[in-house]
Amino acid sequence: MSKYTEDDLKKELKTKQYEYGFYTDIESDTLPIGLNEEIVMAISKKKEEPSWMTDWRLDAFKIWKQMKEPNWANVKYKKPDFQKISYYSAPSNKPKYNSLDEVDPELLATFKKLGISVDEQKKLTGVAMDVVIDSVSVATTFKDTLNEKGIIFCSISEAIKNHPELVKKYMGSVVPKTDNFYAALNSAVFSDGSFCYIPKGVKCPMELSTYFRINEAGTGQFERTLVVAEKGSYVSYLEGCSAPSRDENQLHAAVVELIALDDAEIKYSTVQNWYPGDSKGNGGVYNFVTKRGLCEKNAKISWTQVETGSAITWKYPSCILKGDNAVGEFYSIAVTNNFQQADTGTKMIHLGDNTKSTIISKGISAGKSQNSYRGLVHISPRANNARNFSQCDSLLIGNKCGAHTFPYIETKNKSAQVEHEATTSKIGEDQIFYCNQRGIETEKAIALIINGFSKDVLNKLPMEFAVEAQKLLEISLEGSVG
Amino acid sequence: MLKINNLHAQIEDKKILNGVNLDIKAGEVHAIMGPNGSGKSTLASVIAGKEDYEITKGEMLFNDNSIDELSAEERAHKGIFMSFQYPIEIPGVTITNFIKTAINETRKARGEKDMPASQMLKLLREKCSMLGIDRKFLSRSINDGFSGGEKKRNEIFQMAMLEPTLAILDETDSGLDIDALKTVASGVNKLKKKDNAVVIITHYQRLLDYIIPDYVHVLFDGKIVKSGKKDLAVELEKKGYDWIKEEINN
Repeated sequence: MSKYTEDDLKKELKTKQYEYGFYTDIESDTLPIGLNEEIVMAISKKKEEPSWMTDWRLDAFKIWKQMKEPNWANVKYKKPDFQKISYYSAPSNKPKYNSLDEVDPELLATFKKLGISVDEQKKLTGVAMDVVIDSVSVATTFKDTLNEKGIIFCSISEAIKNHPELVKKYMGSVVPKTDNFYAALNSAVFSDGSFCYIPKGVKCPMELSTYFRINEAGTGQFERTLVVAEKGSYVSYLEGCSAPSRDENQLHAAVVELIALDDAEIKYSTVQNWYPGDSKGNGGVYNFVTKRGLCEKNAKISWTQVETGSAITWKYPSCILKGDNAVGEFYSIAVTNNFQQADTGTKMIHLGDNTKSTIISKGISAGKSQNSYRGLVHISPRANNARNFSQCDSLLIGNKCGAHTFPYIETKNKSAQVEHEATTSKIGEDQIFYCNQRGIETEKAIALIINGFSKDVLNKLPMEFAVEAQKLLEISLEGSVG
Repeated sequence: MLKINNLHAQIEDKKILNGVNLDIKAGEVHAIMGPNGSGKSTLASVIAGKEDYEITKGEMLFNDNSIDELSAEERAHKGIFMSFQYPIEIPGVTITNFIKTAINETRKARGEKDMPASQMLKLLREKCSMLGIDRKFLSRSINDGFSGGEKKRNEIFQMAMLEPTLAILDETDSGLDIDALKTVASGVNKLKKKDNAVVIITHYQRLLDYIIPDYVHVLFDGKIVKSGKKDLAVELEKKGYDWIKEEINN
């Protein structure tokens, strides 16, 4: 496998059709605000979709209209006005560069902010990136290598055009349009996203990666991701998100569906650092995400997430362990600071025999934030010898934040073994002083303690992501101890 | 090296140190003894820069410069080290990672670059063999599930790695059996040099059988009421502290 070098990056930047741009610079092709059937049809038309897709969206829109925004999560916020959002924004100008030097320094700065400076990208060897900025997929690398193996990795829009049979078969099969309010909304208006298909028996030779960024003020981002791993295949997928600072609230309602057929394995890692709002609680992204995976016989799905951003997070990456011996894993670090609120966790639905699930959740709260773990372990009557282990640890920094745990366990089969452990601790002054005494200043000491606390989860991330995530944890908690 | 003049310190409204005078020179070992509640651990914490304590009078000079206004980490960067009576647990942070961070933060503060990994490794190896520490020990989380002896040995290991100018050992002997005590003491002895100094804070003289002090001070009611040589410690061990109390009251 060839390595991703600086030259490759330069080449990529040279040949790219659309060059990132910033909300201040780029003239966007934005639809008027509001949501109705015309808008849904307009989105579909702009994306040159076939009529079956348009119908699918319209059906979802009908369902969405009947639904109410859920209220049960442990978060408080002003409900967005869904008629005041523009549902589509695509960049329209297409500048080209002859060399890396011509690239807007702002772009490079933003990459740095995103934790993916050009320097670091050099190091991201073996990572193919499908960069989604403002809803339109702009560049896909490593296509050739992937093509050789029969792997499809493209934007969901391309997949709808080029692989309709796969999209038709799997889209909505794990997260149906009717699933919940935000999933229905996403189904109606999703802008773009990624599609990944790994053929039977193929091990994807590289980590697949997508970076998302919200850019256009006032536009929601509705990503749609579909990963299908055929029998006996393997793929590791990395997703990283970030948004530049913005005053008004932005809505992000993504849907991710994973399908792991017999003996397949999908590893899905996320680093999420959308704009969390300022230290006074103004602005920030509303992140209402539905992520779910289906495991057939002997299949395994592993979700790893590092959530540091967003003003409001509502997210429960889940596994349906349908086939016998299926394995589901959820490793999560959720950090909240200032006025952030997170209600996140997972659902492990055990349907097959000998199914196994592991949940490791690490919640870190600082400032005046609220951090909730909400999880469901469901063992169905026909799932014999199912096993679950859950561990939920909370770490508090300061005394104005909150940590909450809502574990739901439903066991309908007597042979099930379910374990749940939970701890809550506080970064103590004694710990800080101990570090100080050894010459480690307070901020660094906190970073060290946090990394230690999160280690079990950080270890599950692919190497280059782990480094990024570690940095992100430090940045997110800057100034959290006065 | 460290000169303490008429130091008064309190926590909240409680006065604990009431005029401590101390003069520690390079190459010396000082022992500070005294009954419970006399202010021994407070003195150690105040020298190390714990913020809970307020200095109300007097001053501390370290190599002729006042350290009263310096933060704990700044004092550490200047070479002040304290071995904790109750070392703190930091789950998930290995000793290696911790000490690496401590060394590099100190180097950064001194305007030096990070220690190269190879040099760090060499230093770790060297100090491990010097103190008879199995290197597997270094991959354990700081003090997490350590026995009393392991905790104290870890403190001495950190001291060895950081090579402080002034090391304050706060009740390093407490909770140790005789073998662990010997190990720790021999570690300290190996680290003793003519350009550094050690302050041993202890209840009992048994540690002083292994680390021979040049001076012994008795702290009582937040003041040093008696100073002497090694034989003072022996006398205290025999007679307890009551005779000193009587001496003061008369």
